[in-house]
Formats: sequence, C-alpha cells, structure tokens
Amino acid sequence: MVQTTPLWEVFIRPRNGLSHKHVGSIHAADEVLALQAARDVYTRRGEGNSIWVVRSADIHASDPDQAAENFEPTADKIYRHPTFYEIPEEVGHM
Amino acid sequence: MYSQGLIGADGRTTESEEFLARFQARIDAEEKIEPTDAMPEGYRRTLVRQIGQHAHSEIVGMLPEGNWITRAPSLRRKAALLAKVQDEGGHGLYLYCAAETLGVSREEMTEELLSGKAKYSSIFNYPTLSWADIGIIGWLVDGAAIMNQIPLCRCSFGPYARAMIRVCKEESFHQRQGYELCMSLAFGTPEQKAMVQDALNRWWWPSIMMFGPHDADSQHSDQSMAWKIKRFSNDELRQKFIDATVPQAEYLGLTLPDPDLKWNEEKGGYDHGPIDWSEFWRVVKGQGPMARDRIKARKKAWDDGAWVREAALAHAEKRRARKMAAE
Amino acid sequence: MAVWEALIELADDHLVLGHRVSEWCGHAPMLEEDLAMPNMALDMIGTSRTLYCRAGELEGKGRDEDAIAYLRNEREYRNCLLVERPNEDFAHTMLRQLYFAAFMKPFWDAALVSSDEVVRGVAGKAGKEMAYHIRHAGEWVIRLGDGTEESARRMREAVDALSIYVDELFDSSDAAQDAEAAGVLPKRSEMRAAFDKVIEDVFAEALLELPEVPFGQRGGRSGQHGEGLGHMLAEMQSLHRAHPGATW
Ligand SMILES: [Fe+2]
Ligand SMILES: [Fe+2]
Ligand SMILES: [Fe+2]
Repeated sequence: MVQTTPLWEVFIRPRNGLSHKHVGSIHAADEVLALQAARDVYTRRGEGNSIWVVRSADIHASDPDQAAENFEPTADKIYRHPTFYEIPEEVGHM
Repeated sequence: MYSQGLIGADGRTTESEEFLARFQARIDAEEKIEPTDAMPEGYRRTLVRQIGQHAHSEIVGMLPEGNWITRAPSLRRKAALLAKVQDEGGHGLYLYCAAETLGVSREEMTEELLSGKAKYSSIFNYPTLSWADIGIIGWLVDGAAIMNQIPLCRCSFGPYARAMIRVCKEESFHQRQGYELCMSLAFGTPEQKAMVQDALNRWWWPSIMMFGPHDADSQHSDQSMAWKIKRFSNDELRQKFIDATVPQAEYLGLTLPDPDLKWNEEKGGYDHGPIDWSEFWRVVKGQGPMARDRIKARKKAWDDGAWVREAALAHAEKRRARKMAAE
Repeated sequence: MAVWEALIELADDHLVLGHRVSEWCGHAPMLEEDLAMPNMALDMIGTSRTLYCRAGELEGKGRDEDAIAYLRNEREYRNCLLVERPNEDFAHTMLRQLYFAAFMKPFWDAALVSSDEVVRGVAGKAGKEMAYHIRHAGEWVIRLGDGTEESARRMREAVDALSIYVDELFDSSDAAQDAEAAGVLPKRSEMRAAFDKVIEDVFAEALLELPEVPFGQRGGRSGQHGEGLGHMLAEMQSLHRAHPGATW
C-alpha cells in the first residue's frame, strides 16, 4: 500500500485588514512543512502576508443532505433585514 | 499547460431520469457543483479523469522545458524559464488537489500516470531539440492551453474552475515570455532565425493536434458539453487558435509549415490543411518519440523520492508521539 | 587585487549553487519540493546577477552579467568548493543549502552597512532569503536525520561528504581582504559563531553528530575546483558560446 502524505488546506491573508481566505491545498507530513509548502506554492507573486494551514481531515463540514434544513428556514425571516421596516423619508437616512 | 479533448472519458451513468434532470437543471442554471453535492457517477468519473489528465500534463510538461534550464543562454532567460517550469509544477499541484476533492488521492493518480494507465497531453511526448523550442512551446503550446483553459474557469465543477482561475492568471506570462523569446531569435542572427523556424516547423502540427480530434470524431464531447465540463468544441478552439496565431507568425517573419493555410473570407477565419490523425493517435497511445523517457523520468523522481516522503512521515509520527508524551 | 573580483567570487557562489539546485526542477521527491527548490534557485540566481553587474561596472571593461557568467572557464570561476558539489540526493542537497545559508545569513546582515550601495541593496534582500533557506533546509535536515533508518544513514553520509568543504567558507581571498579593507564586504572569519550556532541547533534536533573534520578542502577561490564544475559549466555555457555575439 502507498503511504499517503496528509492534505492541508491553505488560507492566506492578502494584507492586513482582510481576513484569511482559502486559496488551495498542499500535501505535507506535518504543520511546519505544510506552512513552508504553502509559502512556496501560494505566495510566489506577493499574494499575502500571513498563512494558516489546517489539516483537511480536521475540517468538519455541514452535511449537504442537511442543506435544506440548515439554510432554508432563514429565507422567510425577512424582519432580520433593514428593508423590512418602513421609515418615512422625512426622518432621513437610517 | 494542457489543452486536449479529454481522451477516453466515460460519461455513462445509471442514475434515475429524475435525478439526472434535477442535476442538469442546476448545471443549466450555471450553478457550480461542489465536491459534497450529489452528482451523477458519470460526471464524477469524467471529472476525475479530465482533471487527472490535466494535472499529469502539467507535471510531464515540466520535463521538455526543464531540459533547457541548465543551458539557457542568458541569466535572464534562465530565471524566466525556471520560474515558468516551476509554475507548471504549481498547476499540476492545484489540479491534483482539485481532483482530490472527488475522493482520489494524489498517490493513486501518480500511480496511474507511472503505470501508463493515465493519459496526458500528447504534445509532451515530443523532444525539445533546440533553445528555440522553449520559445515555441511558450508561444504555441501555452497559447493553445490558454485558449482551452479560459473557458474552463467557468467549468461547472467548483474546485476545477477555481484551480483554473489561478492557473490562467499564471499562464498569461508563459505565452508572452515564449513569444518574446521567439522575437529575440527571429530578429537575431541568421542562425537564430533558422533555429526558430525549424522549431516552428516541428511544433506547429503537434500544437494544433493538441485540441483533440475533429468534433465529428470526438465521442465524449456531447455529454461533457451538456455538463459544462467542457465549454467549446475542439474544432472551435482550434480555429480560434489558428486565427490568433497566423498574424503573430507573420510579425515574426516566420512561415507556418502548412501550404494549405489561407484566409477564408466567407467564414472569417483560416482554412488549414489536413491533420495527420494517425500520428496523433499513435502519440496519444504512447508511441510518441519521448513517451518512454517521460514516464521513466517521472518514475525515477517518484521512486528516488520515496525515502524522503517516508522519512517526513516517520518524523511527523515521532513528533506527535513526543508531544503526546509531554502533555 | 580589486574589489570587483571579490564580488565575482560571491556571485559565482550564488550562480553555481543556484544552477545546482535548479537541476532538481521536475525531479524532486514531491511536488511541493518541485516548487520550493526553484524558489531557492531563483533567489540565488537573482543575487548573482546583481553582483555580476556590479562587478562589471567596477571593473569598467564593459562586461555584462552574461559575459562574466558565460565566458569564463572553470579555472576562472572563483566559487567555493561547497556550492559546486553535485546534488547526489535530497539529503546532500538540503545539507549543502543549510551550510551555505547558515554562512550567508550573518554575512549579508553584516553587509547591510557596506560602503557599496549595490552591496547594501543585495544584503537587504538576500539576508531575508537566506533566513528562509536556513529554515527550509534546516527543517528537512531535522526530518531526514530523525526520520527513518535509511534517511538517517543518508544524512550522515551527506555530513561526511560535505563537512570537509565548510572551512573554506570562512577564508578570505586576497580580493576579499581588499574588499573587507574597503568596507565593501564583511570579514568572512567573523561569521563562524553565528554559523556554528545554526548548525549545532539543527544537528542536535536532527540527532546528527557534529563531524570531526581532519582536513578542510580548499581551492575554489584560486580556481582549483573539483572535476564536476567543468561539466556543469560546459553544459551551462554551451549554447551561449556556440553563438558568439548573439543576443537572447
Ligand atoms: Fe504554462
Ligand atoms: Fe495547463
Ligand atoms: Fe500550465
């Protein structure tokens, strides 16, 4: 059997003030090599100033089969949005 | 770089009509499919194979150009070529990762490449015989790849489309550096000009073959087009490529090795002479001049590197154990 | 001896090692290293180019970077012996890089106050690059040294093969001494403590013994190279030399 080198997800912050964003994945045996690989693969053109790596296996994802029950009930809660409330124009921008 | 109609895709699928219709409706609405979404088995299989072939092509593609890194005739060219070949490795890496979201491991895909089971772009089975080949590859082969890859940025499968966006950003430098290299030769000494004409003569036909068989002979295109894994037909892309390339060759004062190539006013594009498909299929099926050497080189790198990969894993295990013991 | 000759020594170190590392491209043990090694090679080739240009300027005979890099033979190359050693395997390659970077990092840090503006510029950039090379190569030396039995054996073989070229790093040729006196380059012998500290730390983690070196090999700065360099240059220069006067 082939030994597999773990997969890591790479997140990069393009510059201060922005959040880290998922950019892709790499393979590495441990977190130190993973950070180096992420640097060598994903920041060759000045893409960022900070890197996070997370083992892909450590990511818990919501179940796509539960997408409906997770995300659809929110659709009719229109009172959560500012446009639900009518404010007279005279009051000005709010 | 890569650009070839998928070889031997198998889009057959056994899901219910209703399931397939629902899936098709999502595709038609330009919704992206993400790895955990329900998808027809044929869609998954086609993607694994196409992304795999694309990734392998990038990796094998490092070899013909890598052949000239140590002989680049100026330090500026050496740096540019090294950065370019490195990019191709990156493309392979992004693509393997995109395929991995579908549940195949990089190791499995690598085994398939090394065993000869997986295909890769036929173009890399030709040798790079002179420095001019490096320019011609950048200009024509990367140029052809860009034609094919820009539409793939809108491919229906999210991870593939995202990988292609990153790839395309990087590819734009490849074609330009290739063309600029060709300029340096075409406008250089008579020997340099002869060198680049010779390279063009050798690479032209393989380059236009890269788009794959004519639409009429391309068995798996229809399903791939419907699923938006592929967004233009082989012939459409080939035509676009030829129309863009002819004036570029004229600017260089180089002759394309096709006596039948001429402007067709009516269709607003160039007509070209017949393509030698027997050569194409021979090369695709592993009888290209460099096929054995390419796989041998990849196999050597993989086998020679096994002890390094094993050592890294063994060390990671020790670190984990030490950390646990300390806690 | 002239200051520009000392810059050529330094540039040769970076070009020769950059070339060696670039030989890995497409043949690395894993794809991630196929990207990492060209990054290192590009750092070093970039440094060599700036230094060749500056050397050519100071010499004042109109030689550009390519004239200096492509039109000298192995007897005229002035790199130290360490950098021309063949890649052998990944253990050799990473240890060679660690040795080189562990020397160059403090060297460039000290060169930040060089009396030569170009050298100061290179020092600012190259010091950071070498800090990363120490980390990248160092982490690999640690993993290979404390990995499997095979990797540990290969790592020990690399130490055995390469440690005899370390002492030469600290020697200053006549040209280097003149550059030091002019405040252009720092004194090479002063890098020893910083170098030893890096190597001791990495070796301790890698479970590698610090080698006893009975006799340090020297000769690169006077053009007395190993046999491999001639082959490397023959390959590197073949195309350039086949077309005298052509531009690329
Ligand atoms: Fe490319
Ligand atoms: Fe590509
Ligand atoms: Fe590519």
